[in-house]
Amino acid sequence: MTASAIGRAMPRPEARRLVAGGGRYLDDHAERGELQACFLRSPLPHARFALDVAAAKTLPGVEAVLTASDLAAVCRPWRTESRSFPGLVSPRQAPLAEGRATWQGEPVAMVLAATRAIAEDAAEAILAEWEELPAVTAPEAALVPGAPPVHPGSETNRAWGATIGGGDPDAAFAAAALVVEERLVFTRHTGVPLEPRGALATWEPGTGALTVRLSHQMPHQMRLHLAEQLGLPVNRVRVICSDVGGGFGIKMHVYQDEMAVAAAARLLGRPVRWVSDRMEALLADIHAREHVVTARMAVDAEGRILGFDLHDLQGLGAYSVYPRSSTVEAISVVRSIGAPYRFAHGRARVDSVLQNKVATGQYRAVGAPVGCAVTERLVDKAARARGEDPLAFRARNLLRTAEMPWVNPFGAAQHGMDHHAVLETAKALIDLPALQAEIEAGRAAGRLLGLGLAFTVEYTASGPAVYGAGHVAVAATDTVVATLEPTGEISAQASITEIGQGITQGLAQVLADAVGVAPEAVRVGAGDTQAAPHGGGAWASRGAAIGGEAAWGAGRALRAQLLEAAGALLQAAPDSLDIREGVVTDAAGAARMTLAELGTLMLFRGHEMPKGVTPGLSATFHYRREQDVTLANNGLQAALVEIDGETGLVRVLRHWMVGDCGRVLNPLLVDGQYRGGVAQGIGEALLEACRYDAESGQFLSGTLADYLLPMATDIPDIALAHVEVPYAGSAVGAKGAGESGTCGAPAAILNAVNDALLAAGGGVVTELPIHPVAVLRALGRLA
Amino acid sequence: MTPARFAYARPTTLEEALGILARGGEEAAPLAGGQSLMPMMAMRVARPALLVDLNRVAGLDAIALEGGVLRIGAMARHAAVLAHPLVAAEAPLLPRALEEVAHPAIRNRGTLGGSLALADPAAELPACMVALDATIVLASAGGERRVPAADFFQGLYATARRSDELLLRVEIPRAAGWTPWFAEVARRRGDYALAGLAVMARCTAGRIVEARLGFCGVEAAPRRLPAVEAALVAGEDAASRLPALLEPLGSAEAPAGYRLHLAQVLLRRATEALHAAA
Repeated sequence: MTASAIGRAMPRPEARRLVAGGGRYLDDHAERGELQACFLRSPLPHARFALDVAAAKTLPGVEAVLTASDLAAVCRPWRTESRSFPGLVSPRQAPLAEGRATWQGEPVAMVLAATRAIAEDAAEAILAEWEELPAVTAPEAALVPGAPPVHPGSETNRAWGATIGGGDPDAAFAAAALVVEERLVFTRHTGVPLEPRGALATWEPGTGALTVRLSHQMPHQMRLHLAEQLGLPVNRVRVICSDVGGGFGIKMHVYQDEMAVAAAARLLGRPVRWVSDRMEALLADIHAREHVVTARMAVDAEGRILGFDLHDLQGLGAYSVYPRSSTVEAISVVRSIGAPYRFAHGRARVDSVLQNKVATGQYRAVGAPVGCAVTERLVDKAARARGEDPLAFRARNLLRTAEMPWVNPFGAAQHGMDHHAVLETAKALIDLPALQAEIEAGRAAGRLLGLGLAFTVEYTASGPAVYGAGHVAVAATDTVVATLEPTGEISAQASITEIGQGITQGLAQVLADAVGVAPEAVRVGAGDTQAAPHGGGAWASRGAAIGGEAAWGAGRALRAQLLEAAGALLQAAPDSLDIREGVVTDAAGAARMTLAELGTLMLFRGHEMPKGVTPGLSATFHYRREQDVTLANNGLQAALVEIDGETGLVRVLRHWMVGDCGRVLNPLLVDGQYRGGVAQGIGEALLEACRYDAESGQFLSGTLADYLLPMATDIPDIALAHVEVPYAGSAVGAKGAGESGTCGAPAAILNAVNDALLAAGGGVVTELPIHPVAVLRALGRLA
Repeated sequence: MTPARFAYARPTTLEEALGILARGGEEAAPLAGGQSLMPMMAMRVARPALLVDLNRVAGLDAIALEGGVLRIGAMARHAAVLAHPLVAAEAPLLPRALEEVAHPAIRNRGTLGGSLALADPAAELPACMVALDATIVLASAGGERRVPAADFFQGLYATARRSDELLLRVEIPRAAGWTPWFAEVARRRGDYALAGLAVMARCTAGRIVEARLGFCGVEAAPRRLPAVEAALVAGEDAASRLPALLEPLGSAEAPAGYRLHLAQVLLRRATEALHAAA
């Protein structure tokens, strides 16, 4: 028996290529005769405008200056709709705004020129008359009576709302021995992938075929939408996502820019390229997680959580993002409320409001960091009110594995999770008694130290019902095609996509075990709709849990085909044969023929194959999970922070994470995801904010000097440990891993900062990111 | 993010550079290390019609001690100043401050003269020059002009440099018996300072007898604050003078009241450290 490839800590060959500068990102590709695009964007959050492009068109090197009406000839508008969000208010969108811009940064005209510099010159030369309209930017302002409508003619800026819950929350709160309440404010942030968005579109008039290179997470989704909007047969559209320098959810939406590039290529018959610069990215990539959550939690006399009651005010932006809808984030918040704990009563009122800002959308861990922070803040507050150790309070309320499957009052389902194993693992990892002694000693010496905890539950690997029930064209079923090369290697194409997270290596390890070859002999490709089969791409931490199943199925199917062919050749029953390390063996392990010999016979010497033997060199497996709408993962994070009581600055000294993502395909990949996720969570907790001027609505975080990403010096050592409870409903047993670091870090840091503040006799902070001014105010040291 | 059109000149001598600059007038911009100017041009915030690249002009980056005065050429890179033994010996305030200037890659290109000429309100080096009582030496086709640092910085990105002048060097008087102190507060290491403070203090017998200071990141430009310096010498609570004296800048991430608070924190830290060292 050879060692399993699944679970092996293998470096991935692609990492060597990328680190050495060998990546081929969107901007590394060029088409002969291409034009460079630049957008004129609205400088105001809300304005009517009139454009005179005559002068801009005359600049040398300018091929065309396009406005909404030009692109309307080749591109239909779209509108975000979902049966999951009945009554959703989100008007039609076209690639360029027509006469009225509803957010600062919205593209209103497009220049096509020989170089980007000329295109930017021409964009400046467009004579634009802007008539500023009243704008709504703060979510609290959107629903105030008399608030200016984000879209004139709308009666309200409430795009969608609902009340979700179950049990009898009123009775629970009336009977509670303790009710804790908090209002938490979450400021917008964004994903900032290293490679910005971009598109390179080529139209072939002869065949009526459109090829679009994109930096995107889901090529097949974009292929469909490009075909729909441009009125093309879908099989005439090819989308290629080569190396993608990070996505984080930023690159899973249909944006005006990319659609405009494709439409312009179709209109002009020339290849068109646009690569977002960093200022455009901060302004016009989706933002995320703008919420004001007012929440209370009821606890009985024994310290058991009875229920939650909350209101979530979500800022949506000017449109609900296409096609998934920004409202998904609010649902994700609600599902995360109280998720690790046992409670019987819940009520969540959601108001998703329109604003004159860029749309918000699904960003790494979606609403889970918000729901986790709300829950864990309330839990800490309740433990403190009871004079109880916060870990003891949590341990009492954590769900037990025997209680699962568990569906809480918000409809969130959990199965097969062991929160208590996570707790015990974390205790060993952190060495709490020693840490608490260290904190006490530090505090005695005047240091403002704090420890914060956060249990996490995150719903990953969404199944077909999540978007399917809304009739939104998002694929949750995925496919792998595995092929035996005549030289004995395995090549595969996956509908899961590679965006830097390394999933193609994970799938290669699954295929290796499924077929019976060394993982080094497997190569998995993805991202080109002309080669890769249909499927959902990279979202919801689904690569291992869904893509892994497709890879396993394809590998097993290929193995069965190869054994049938080998059996016919060797005059042996297929089930008496095995494939080990690329060699067909008998049951005792004696070599009968190599896969190279078998492949050569099947492909080049077919005349030697017995009559009637039909198996081919390729096998396809289409994986659709029939049960469990999502696969919840769980974990615990802890942060040790120190506050500088004079400056208000917070430093994370150490961070711990215990995670259970089911079967680990490759611990190097999972650890990398965990650490990167925690780093983004630290940014969310302490630094990253998309700020808007309260008066003018102007965007204030337009460069990386203003939008503060965490840097290497802001990230402490992150200690990791794994609990591995495989998902029982699948062959491989993986659950999602890619977002859980981001899920819990903000909550742990929020609790740690408040622990330090309370220990120093201060108040608490209730806004993320935690600003030093808020810290000083909580300490009473700044007015 | 591509610059607007500009003409480009790359002189090789100072005379040639000054001639080009004089002809270019207000529309010409000298290019030193480019660590601020190039991004500003890429954002089209800066739009010089003519870029005069000084990187091929020989002899502008010398660091030398002459007649008890430390001379640092305007084109000396931050990394070179940071590592130079003469600077460490004669103006130890500078290496302390330079460690806070951005990151190594930026310090490898950025220059002393570029930083002073740009006069970013958050930049460390202008505040240091004020505290060091340095002289800024400017050159034009008409000859050299010497301006005390305290007069050179005039406001937000505004200096006493005329458009036909280049920074040649700074001259820093010897400060035997003076103790330097520098610290800044930033959200992240290497960021623009929310507030920074450069202090030079002469201490005898356990007390400060003379002091010069300059803030960065607090006001539009660094300046001497005689009342604060006098309070330091008098052993009074200098930080309590600041609210009445400073006009702090405000921004989305750092409101004015916070910058003022940080200025006070830094001044108290400086006072404590200098007394401890005295």
